[in-house]
Amino acid sequence: MYLIVNGHRYDNLEDDMTMSELLDYLKLPAKKIAIERNREIISKSTYNTVRLNDGDIMEIIHFIGGG
Amino acid sequence: MKNSIKSDDTLKVGSHEFNSRLIIGTGKYTNYKQNSDALNASGAEMVTVAVRRVNVSDPNKPMLVDYIDPKKTVYLPNTAGCFTGEDAVRTLRLAKEAGGWNLVKLEVLSDPKHLYPDMEETLRSAELLIRDGFEVMVYCSDDPVFAKKLESMGCVAIMPLGAPIGSGLGIQNKVNIRLIVEQSNVPVIVDAGVGTASDAVIAMELGCDGVLMNTAIANAKDPIKMALAMKHAVIAGREAYLAGRMPTKKYADPSSPLAGLI
Repeated sequence: MYLIVNGHRYDNLEDDMTMSELLDYLKLPAKKIAIERNREIISKSTYNTVRLNDGDIMEIIHFIGGG
Repeated sequence: MKNSIKSDDTLKVGSHEFNSRLIIGTGKYTNYKQNSDALNASGAEMVTVAVRRVNVSDPNKPMLVDYIDPKKTVYLPNTAGCFTGEDAVRTLRLAKEAGGWNLVKLEVLSDPKHLYPDMEETLRSAELLIRDGFEVMVYCSDDPVFAKKLESMGCVAIMPLGAPIGSGLGIQNKVNIRLIVEQSNVPVIVDAGVGTASDAVIAMELGCDGVLMNTAIANAKDPIKMALAMKHAVIAGREAYLAGRMPTKKYADPSSPLAGLI
């Protein structure tokens, strides 16, 4: 399957991948980020169980410096 | 901080309480290390932060949370870059999921030349956020009428600009800031415009409850030293305000008695 993550397209990902598996694949620490799938927030407590679907549009954010 | 201000003189914003009345930004520093050192020097207990996409192509890039611990310093997520209420709500909901807190800084900007807040959209956004359960500290113009509307709506702090963001011009309209201070029942925090320590003192002497600054520290030649200067400035201004200044006079009044001269 494919996903769009922060505007980048990722092809040939494993079907039915969980959110945790995607984070492992991207090497991102779950503790320091927040995730939106198709404009809906995915709660941190469900990362192990939520399965992603072909074509999902993901936004992964974190805090950066700002005023 | 504690030695200088009596400990019951705290800044209460929404459900939070702070000993320091200085809030600093985390933008424009050379790196996060310098930012963290400046924070320590400033004594601030709250920092503003922005919400942005993770760099997926470089997951090892340093992250702000590695340098400034959100468990020790309150993160105040902002809505910089949002131009509508819906964008602001979306951004801050994500921030809440990333950190788990309700206290937020709403800023809905307009023209990049002056970065003045779009007050029409700010009012609309504040309403949406408050309905969503956020405690909203709101960046606004120095207009007492808008400030009152934002307070009535339920914003937990009114944050009028002293001068355009990043300009370092100091408090341009003391009359308006004072009017806002006098009419407000929630903290008034000057946000934007401070250039150097005396500007922070002026804001505090006008009776503001706090000062929020970023560029004044980050763009100083020595940000750490300036952070320390700002810490003292905010304390000095606060104490002068609490002390109540002497009245001004047109003519001199000798400090040494004239009686008993030899």
